[in-house]
Amino acid sequence: MLARKAENNMKIGVPREIVAGEKRVATTPEVARQLQDLGYQVLIERGAGEASSFSDAAYREAGCEVLDAADALWSQADIVLKVRGPEPGEVARLGPGKTLVSFLWPAQNEALLAQLTTGGATVLAMDSVPRISRAQKMDALSSMANIGGYRAVVEAAQHFGRFFTGQITAAGKVPPARVLVIGAGVAGLAAIGAAGGMGAIVRAFDTRPEVKEQVESMGAEFLMLDFDDEDGSGEGGYAKVMSKEFIEAEMALFAEQAKEVDIIITTALIPGKPAPRLITAEMVESMKPGSVIVDLAAEQGGNCELTEKDRVVERHGVTLIGYTDLPSRLAAQSSQLYATNLRHLLGDMTPGKDGELVVDMDDEVIRGATVCKDGETTWPPPAPKLSAAPPRPAAPPPPEPEAEAAPRSFTGPAVAMAMAGIALLAMGAVAPAEFMGHFTVFVLACFVGYMVIWNVTPALHTPLMSVTNAISSIIVIGALLQISSSDLLIKWIATGTVLITAVNIFGGFAVTRRMLDMFRK
Amino acid sequence: MNLDTILPGTMLPMAYVLATILFILALGGLSNQETARRGNWYGIIGMAIAFAATVLWEVDANGIELAVAMFLGGIIGLVAAARVQMTQMPELVAILHSLVGLAAVAVGYANFLGHEGGHDAAMKTIHDIETYVGVLIGAVTFSGSVIAFGKLSGRIGGKPLTLPGRHWLNLLLLLGAIWFGIEFVQQSAAGVTAGAPGLAGHAGFLPLIVMTVIALLFGIHMVMAIGGADMPVVVSMLNSYSGWAASAIGFMLGNDLLIVTGALVGSSGAILSYIMCRAMNRKFLNVIAGGFGTGGGGAAAGSGEQGEVVPIEAEETAGLLESAKEVMIIPGYGMAVAQAQHVVNEITRKLRDQGVNVRFGIHPVAGRMPGHMNVLLAEAKVPYDIVFEMDEINDDFPDVDVSVVIGANDIVNPSALEEPDSPIAGMPVLECWKGKTTIVLKRSMATGYAGVQNPLFFKDNTRMLFGDARETLEAVNQAL
Repeated sequence: MLARKAENNMKIGVPREIVAGEKRVATTPEVARQLQDLGYQVLIERGAGEASSFSDAAYREAGCEVLDAADALWSQADIVLKVRGPEPGEVARLGPGKTLVSFLWPAQNEALLAQLTTGGATVLAMDSVPRISRAQKMDALSSMANIGGYRAVVEAAQHFGRFFTGQITAAGKVPPARVLVIGAGVAGLAAIGAAGGMGAIVRAFDTRPEVKEQVESMGAEFLMLDFDDEDGSGEGGYAKVMSKEFIEAEMALFAEQAKEVDIIITTALIPGKPAPRLITAEMVESMKPGSVIVDLAAEQGGNCELTEKDRVVERHGVTLIGYTDLPSRLAAQSSQLYATNLRHLLGDMTPGKDGELVVDMDDEVIRGATVCKDGETTWPPPAPKLSAAPPRPAAPPPPEPEAEAAPRSFTGPAVAMAMAGIALLAMGAVAPAEFMGHFTVFVLACFVGYMVIWNVTPALHTPLMSVTNAISSIIVIGALLQISSSDLLIKWIATGTVLITAVNIFGGFAVTRRMLDMFRK
Repeated sequence: MNLDTILPGTMLPMAYVLATILFILALGGLSNQETARRGNWYGIIGMAIAFAATVLWEVDANGIELAVAMFLGGIIGLVAAARVQMTQMPELVAILHSLVGLAAVAVGYANFLGHEGGHDAAMKTIHDIETYVGVLIGAVTFSGSVIAFGKLSGRIGGKPLTLPGRHWLNLLLLLGAIWFGIEFVQQSAAGVTAGAPGLAGHAGFLPLIVMTVIALLFGIHMVMAIGGADMPVVVSMLNSYSGWAASAIGFMLGNDLLIVTGALVGSSGAILSYIMCRAMNRKFLNVIAGGFGTGGGGAAAGSGEQGEVVPIEAEETAGLLESAKEVMIIPGYGMAVAQAQHVVNEITRKLRDQGVNVRFGIHPVAGRMPGHMNVLLAEAKVPYDIVFEMDEINDDFPDVDVSVVIGANDIVNPSALEEPDSPIAGMPVLECWKGKTTIVLKRSMATGYAGVQNPLFFKDNTRMLFGDARETLEAVNQAL
């Protein structure tokens, strides 16, 4: 409620989305209030929120000014908030001093970016907000992916002719649906949650092994490949392109799963690359009739070979859903989340809460999102300093002695062994046979001890030591051999020895037992 | 009680073979949780067979004295085993080692006094060497274990004692032992038998006595020079020595059972010491040579204060723990000293009931004995499947919300990884500072056994909870 000083404050304009089928709107009445708290005036085009069930009256009530024409809005507003990138007619209305915030996909729309740059406006792309912890609150991609994942399951349910949950009814038994989710990003996890919530058996696959726990926490089974040495985690928590061998193993897994599951939801995307082809025509053919595939990567070419962008088609008895507007199909929800993401971004850019927008190019998040400013293209931004998931530290060198010994030179051990061998032979030359017999036994016993102990669990070191200590009181045998001596001195020495070793025998075994009794699961 | 007349004497070696097999099975059994209890029983049965067989076939007089000694010793042993606190386990094991060493010395002396002649020249020399070596190792084990006991129980300070020129001193003692050994063998071979039954009548008695004194001094000096932090290795090494002593006595008596059992114990103890040294990234010889931590005092003074520490109260700790998802508890010797393992288990149980994933990270050399922490946690009935070794959990710290370090210092010291000239450089440590918050329970800001300042305490995400571990944890437990 700080500064509503009217005139001097910047005006935020929210036009109606003009792309066909786009139902979302860049702000909601609730968020518009919060924007006013930041000191801005909010203008909104008549009917902008209609498709997502926000009436003009609601906006008015929230303190927004509703304008009849887009022209007036574009000319009055200092900051324009949109969902989709500007259409050609809209680009022309942007000039120096104006700021646009929307999805833009600068990598795919270079011509548009060039046009915007020449226009002289400042443009922030919501899809370019860096993926660092601090920027999570403005990560519109995640918000939209979450909705997309949920909606994918809803679409699948619509086209799938059966229950998701298994039931036993008077009319017979219904098996639960089996759902395979490929790619466990935000969308994938949302899909897992939604499908699991509806009662389906959910499996998920991802090239990044670290998401296993997240998948399992959502109640799905994580499918693993026997591929220990390859980790699909790329920069910023996204996936990267995998090796040929890995992809082959992966495809074999999908081919096998395709025969079993009823619904496949694919969400596999690699930043800046066409979507990987994961489901071939043969796999689709091998699926049960009535199965459904929802391809969330349809916009980037699709994970399934047969997907058609923005359409629902039936191939080999399988329904393929290639909608690219899944978030828009849940317009009220996605508008609300997107508007909140925008509000967080604007909150960061309005440090004084005075309706003055500051584009601080030293702020990592704002720098990352800004694609052009003052007639200069500022995209792509320099690499972020911190990625969301810190790179895993290199695996510590395995502690096995074999591994240590391998790179070492063999000269040292070889010399030592040769010397030991010579010493043994020399000893054999002089020592009597009786001694050699004992010696053989001794050396063999040393090796047995070594072999037996080498793999001991560290947790058992103490009990082991106490049991070996008890066993070493076998020295009592020596005292027993002497105790019958007629020499009194020897007899009493031996008796004393028996006494102290007895302490050790009984004490050692008893204390070991006590310790071991405490170890339990 | 000699049964030679009833049962053939060849059954004795067979009984020994049986005992040997049982001992091997005992050691094998002890390497795994599931089979450990069975392993202990194998050991008991093996010992019983060996003992009974020897008594039946070899003892033909003085049975009463034997029985009384056995009975008394047994009672003492059982009472000690039943009474000992789990935190005092290292001391008990050390003092039991000393008994084996003492027994080896006694048997060696008795054998020296009893045997005359009956060997050819070469065999006689070997026999004398065996006696000499047996007594030597026994004496070192004895005095070393007594000192280790003193250090572990706090009767002797933990700081390493470093006499000037101690390596030369050791060398001198070793040369002395060898020289008297040669003297002993020569005198014994010359057979200066005066015929008198007195002690001095035995050829070579004097060198043997002198050597025993030297060996005792050597044992004392060796363990005195080793710092408290290396005690786990020392205890395990003394364990190994007690085995070698038994083996040497076995050679002396020509008894295969003693040789084999001694060798088993000796080699297993040596392997354990080696495993532990590797866990600390230290050379076995350096540990034995001792003096560790002497350079640490200087380093600590040099690095001085490194910043502000942030204290925390018990209530706040409880709040942090409750709001965490992943908690890692890192116990150290301080937990043992404060007897805090039971309240730790209480806290663990409460947190787990609230859905907090509590795990324990155990450093291989935490405590004063290998596996010390595991034993304490097991005593408090912490389920052993949430107790993990360093290598298993060290990579998980970035996901840990709260790490609780209970009375540990050197094993969580980042300078082991970050400062190449630190005295503990290269030692693998639990990398708790990579987690979100670390709470360190400590009595004061004193350094650990290595005498090295710990930068962990000054990190931004570290909170210090000062006080006796048990009292503060009880306060935390109340606040939960």
